[in-house]
Amino acid sequence: MSISREDVKYTANLARLELKDKELDILSKHLQDILDFIDKLKSVDIKEVAPTSHVLPIKNVYREDEVSRSLKTSDALKNAPSKDERFFKVPKVIE
Amino acid sequence: MSYETVIGLEVHTQLNTKSKIFCGCSTEFGASANTQVCPVCLGLPGVLPVLNHKTLKHAVKTALALNCSIESFIKFDRKNYFYPDLPKNFQISQYDRPLSYKGHLTIKDKDKTKKIGITRVHLEEDAGKLIHEGDDAASSYVDFNRTGIPLLEIVSEPDMRSPGQAYLYLTTLKAILKYLDVSDCDMEKGSLRCDANISIRKKGDTKLGTKTELKNMNSFKGVKAALEFEVKRQIKLKEKGEKIMQQTLLWDEKKQKTVSMRTKEEAHDYRYFPEPDLVPFVLKQEEIDTIKNNLPELPEARLSRFMSEFKLSVYDGNILISDKYLADFFEECAKTYKQYKNLSNWIQGALSSELNNRKIQVKDLKLAPLELTKLLKIADEGKINNLTAKTVLTDMIHTGKSADTIIKEKNLAQISDSSALEEITDNVIKDNPKPVGDYKNGKENAIMFLMGQVMKQSKGKANPKMVIEILKERIKNA
Ligand SMILES: [Zn+2]
Repeated sequence: MSISREDVKYTANLARLELKDKELDILSKHLQDILDFIDKLKSVDIKEVAPTSHVLPIKNVYREDEVSRSLKTSDALKNAPSKDERFFKVPKVIE
Repeated sequence: MSYETVIGLEVHTQLNTKSKIFCGCSTEFGASANTQVCPVCLGLPGVLPVLNHKTLKHAVKTALALNCSIESFIKFDRKNYFYPDLPKNFQISQYDRPLSYKGHLTIKDKDKTKKIGITRVHLEEDAGKLIHEGDDAASSYVDFNRTGIPLLEIVSEPDMRSPGQAYLYLTTLKAILKYLDVSDCDMEKGSLRCDANISIRKKGDTKLGTKTELKNMNSFKGVKAALEFEVKRQIKLKEKGEKIMQQTLLWDEKKQKTVSMRTKEEAHDYRYFPEPDLVPFVLKQEEIDTIKNNLPELPEARLSRFMSEFKLSVYDGNILISDKYLADFFEECAKTYKQYKNLSNWIQGALSSELNNRKIQVKDLKLAPLELTKLLKIADEGKINNLTAKTVLTDMIHTGKSADTIIKEKNLAQISDSSALEEITDNVIKDNPKPVGDYKNGKENAIMFLMGQVMKQSKGKANPKMVIEILKERIKNA
């Protein structure tokens, strides 16, 4: 499978990354290398292997339905670049 | 040309829990902004989500009640997108292995029943709330209290053929969720939301037409109205030979029409991948069986039982069972009062309208079932008439006093003493020669006027049956 510059641009946009032309060139090559490697992996016969979604042999980790303390609003907002009293403030978005 | 409507619904319902799905923040409704947030639900780096066991139990319970199969291996995935209501820039959801598949529920459309398929049921977390009206017109304000609220997504097959069927699907689903006690289903509080997919096709066609997605309906009636509007809009386009565009439309409740979303619709590319911070879940068959064996009686079964046990019609039965608490109240009353049809009339009529007027939920009603049946028995014995009984009921709900006390205190007992009634009746006959003459000349209705006069003079306390008899007799012998 080969990856085009347009694919890389599209993927970058989905991740909200702004790439310079030079970066696009380098990353296209890197991504192509990764895809080539995956093609190689694909040649392995995995008919008998279940897809791995997790690497740790752990399952069923729950917490009980109990309320614990939340952050103070002032602490929750501490890292916000923009805030207004109790709220996080963001540029207007209307879907 | 005649068309067929095809509708599928996607419902998100908030599960009843004290704490959020992956952290211990409270789910209490109405708290002030950003007071129920923590590093986990704010998506701060280095935190670990841990699944609230109750959400999975609720989800399995619901899936089983909807006749779905339960997956033995359950995992969560990240759904990636950027929007300011999503602090992590991904939502924890379930993608290719939802916890359950392929079920159905049954709706009763008039006398016919119809199975509506359930495609899938899965768990996910809610996003935050954006407020667009603030001091600064160029800004939106974000409240993250809702992020991490446990949601169950229930997706139906495109099996509904009319907006009316979609409405029935929603009321049926809501009743099931309430019976299971897994969700409040309160659309006003946002604990139940519904999106709809709708398309039309020529009758007889098997291929689906181009669908539109409807959002922003905030009541079941709104869903129905939006779908009705959309059917007409799509048919109009087809008749004009225009193309129906696949798009998302918002329902404008005020204008009662669907409007196109303002921003350009981008093709969504969510790049799902397994959530590495949550380990998978494997349910033992015994666990599933235990939940299955402990399912409560569901609305459909209860309706059949109400019809056979209490000899109620489908119509009456449906109204009663649609609200679990209303049905519970009826059953409790039915233990001490056997005139079931009359009981059902009172509960659906006077009691329900009083609750509506006062905006009281049945579950918050302070009236004991036994008190209502005492009142009905008093009315049946003719001690008070129906009209008085209704005002007594209102007083009972308002004051918490018993029917007996109210009747005594307000001196409402019906006058069934014939000499007292005869006296009033004679006066009325003497004062109203014209209607008396009319009645004698065959105008039967005239007696109702005279009766009204007697009721007025007795301040509504006269026993109406006796009044009619006395009037007839007195006029005949006059
Ligand atoms: Zn939290």
